[in-house]
Amino acid sequence: MEQLRMALTVLNRSTMKGRSMLDYVKLLILGLVTLCAAIAANYARDVPYMVHMVLVMITAGGLFLYQLRRTGEPVMPVPTHEYMDGPVKAAAIATVFWGITGFLVGVVIAFQLAYPQLNFDWSQGYLNFGRLRPLHTSAVIFAFGGNALLAASFYIVQRTSAARLWGGNLTWFVFWGYQFFIVLAATGYVMGATQGLEYAEPEWYVDLWLTVVWVAFLAVFVGTLLNRKEPHIYVANWFLLAFIVTVAMLHVVNNMSVPVSIFGSRSVQVMSGVQSAMTQWWYGHNAVGFFLTAGFLGMMYYFIPKQAERPVYSYKLSIIHFWALIFLYIWAGPHHLHYTALPDWASTLGMVFSIILWMPSWGGMINGLMTLSGAWDKLRTDPVLRMMVTSVAFYGMSTFEGPMMSIRAVNSLSHYTDWTIGHVHSGALGWNGMITFGMLYYLFPKLWNRQRLYSLRLVSWHYWLATIGIVLYASSMWVTGIMEGLMWREVDAQGFLVNSFADTVEAKFPMYVVRGLGGVMFLSGALIMAYNLWMTVTRGPAKAEAPAMAPAE
Amino acid sequence: MTDQKIETSNEQVLQEGDPNTTGHVWDGIKEFDNPMPRWWLWTFYACIVWGIGYTIAYPAWPLINGATAGLLGYSTRAEVAADIAEVDAANAPILARMEEVALGDITPDANPDLYAYAVQGGAAIFASWCSQCHGSGAAGVQASGYPNLLDDDWLWGGTIDDIHLTISHGIRNEDDPNAHYSEMTAFDEILTNDEIASVVQYVRNMSGQEAEATLASAGEEVFLNNCAACHTDQGTGDQFLGAPNLTDAIWLYGGSEEAIEYTVRYSRFGVMPPWSADASDAGRLSEAEVRAVAVYVHSLGGGE
Repeated sequence: MEQLRMALTVLNRSTMKGRSMLDYVKLLILGLVTLCAAIAANYARDVPYMVHMVLVMITAGGLFLYQLRRTGEPVMPVPTHEYMDGPVKAAAIATVFWGITGFLVGVVIAFQLAYPQLNFDWSQGYLNFGRLRPLHTSAVIFAFGGNALLAASFYIVQRTSAARLWGGNLTWFVFWGYQFFIVLAATGYVMGATQGLEYAEPEWYVDLWLTVVWVAFLAVFVGTLLNRKEPHIYVANWFLLAFIVTVAMLHVVNNMSVPVSIFGSRSVQVMSGVQSAMTQWWYGHNAVGFFLTAGFLGMMYYFIPKQAERPVYSYKLSIIHFWALIFLYIWAGPHHLHYTALPDWASTLGMVFSIILWMPSWGGMINGLMTLSGAWDKLRTDPVLRMMVTSVAFYGMSTFEGPMMSIRAVNSLSHYTDWTIGHVHSGALGWNGMITFGMLYYLFPKLWNRQRLYSLRLVSWHYWLATIGIVLYASSMWVTGIMEGLMWREVDAQGFLVNSFADTVEAKFPMYVVRGLGGVMFLSGALIMAYNLWMTVTRGPAKAEAPAMAPAE
Repeated sequence: MTDQKIETSNEQVLQEGDPNTTGHVWDGIKEFDNPMPRWWLWTFYACIVWGIGYTIAYPAWPLINGATAGLLGYSTRAEVAADIAEVDAANAPILARMEEVALGDITPDANPDLYAYAVQGGAAIFASWCSQCHGSGAAGVQASGYPNLLDDDWLWGGTIDDIHLTISHGIRNEDDPNAHYSEMTAFDEILTNDEIASVVQYVRNMSGQEAEATLASAGEEVFLNNCAACHTDQGTGDQFLGAPNLTDAIWLYGGSEEAIEYTVRYSRFGVMPPWSADASDAGRLSEAEVRAVAVYVHSLGGGE
């Protein structure tokens, strides 16, 4: 450990000396990328690929010029006694931006389902439901959730390690690289470049790029942990590290494909048939498990004790539920494929592991809620804490609902129905959304040195709009989900089906409108938050300069 | 603005009666040394024990060749096969009769039980396979030219045998050589604009709709020369050719001036797949099922 830390320090110093050398390497790489992208755009076999290569060319070319102008400039010394908060701020802003984008697209597609006329003729092939749906899911999971996790990781690992982020500008590379990934993915969906794997739609070159960015993210995180001044690694960091490592593994395995041409966006999956389906849901379920659960538990473990100003309830519980959670989650994927070509044994195992996972998941809820013991009265006065606690309550509810829906008999009713959609959204809006909002309300005043938020009243408005919106969403989807599940399986005495598919669609209409309204409320809450955060930064009273422990420059 | 200094934040202050902490502090955060809640731990253990038991009872553990079958001998495929076999066995006698009895004899008077089964089963088949185009209420979709099956206007005949023939082989498809076939001519390049305008008015007049009188009378000659071969001189259509009756004010694609003009200029004709598995590879329904759905459609009100 000590040697590693020494090695890192030496590495840091030598990078300082070899700065100008490094500048030329950067120029060379950027120049080559620009050139290759220009060639690729010229030979492009399809429109999405061409558009993407032009984007790469412009970006790399712009960075080349920027780098060229900076070469030879005196290098600012790295302020080792300060936290590196620039990327945290950027990721926090990006979280708000992508969140609102993702929620807005969600509202649009919710109403497209209720009113199919909103799939306009002029927008066919670009903005119809089929193109917008992956845009919505990726925008909220990877753009909103991903940036929230970047902000949380960068912030938490520095504070709980009492160390500056390792790798200097590598963190900026991670941030901007990730945004570039989002842009490539989103524009690709709209133009129809998809490999057809749910939540892993981006094509091969976008996947390769994300791999590079993700490895850099891992390096920054682990490098900072190794530089830590604290003797132990805080529990939030275990979860964040599990999230980063596992997502890397999932991403690489599920995206194994062979491009049809290096000048085209299409690719062929290495695995096919039921193997491909199993790999896809091993990926898909663990995207939920490690991206949306482990990562956000890391967030929860830092921001709840901070906001409640109370110690974490149980260290023992945190260890046991952490290891149980990451061991069990990885096996639960087959429950997405009950009653399919998947062999029965795999389906049984998926279900059994999902049910055993129930308590490990609830360990996080218990630790989150019980951390408030001795501070419950704060819920009356602090809407930010209320948001975080509600988020943990939704987490508890979804992690009970999930194992229940994985039971084969329940799944035979719930699968392919809107119940699944409701389940996902009580998790995504309730758990991931609310804890992220809580984090943003905590971070903005801290990062921009403000005494407090601009308005707690607006936080309350956001809280109630979001909560009621989620309740409308989840309950309407329970109603339609169970209703359509029952209608699909209804047979008469001779074994004939009673309902046509169109009958079930017609019956769902009122609930689809309710769901859309729930989405509108959730979106309005987020807009209020954006306004509140903006005003906090621009109008909020600055914090009085605290007597610094380290002498100012 | 510079970033924040690396410094230790204020440690969390404990309250009276708080349990011990582990002694670690990160950025002010402490951890209590509480034990795991007992109910949590025992529920976790119970889930694990249940899980082991369940994997013994059901197919679960992968081996080198195959997997453990489980003590209960459960299989999802066997389960659904048993369900289907049960229903098939129960329906076998009536399905056999459905194929034997002459179509015309499947009536409420001659064979009430068979008729009831055919209407009920036919409705289910209709909901599964036909409602996508004809609507779950069988009222069709005029905008797309899917015929209404509730009225007594029939393109290819409305007797039970005609309906059975149409369902079995379909219309204008490439899968079944016995499918009904005909195509209306597109008159856009054959007739002048004036001729088209006049024949549109003539056709509207024929069905008793509001029409411009001079144009309509001019349209008669155009109609007799170009349309009457299929639609007949009186415009009553020909079910052998699938040529619609134009006098009944029931419109496949709409009876507005615009809709009729579009049809005259560019011609329109729909396609229906063949459903009889006996007649073509594309067919999905058994003879008994085709008969049942034919009886159902015939019973909807317009059957002749």
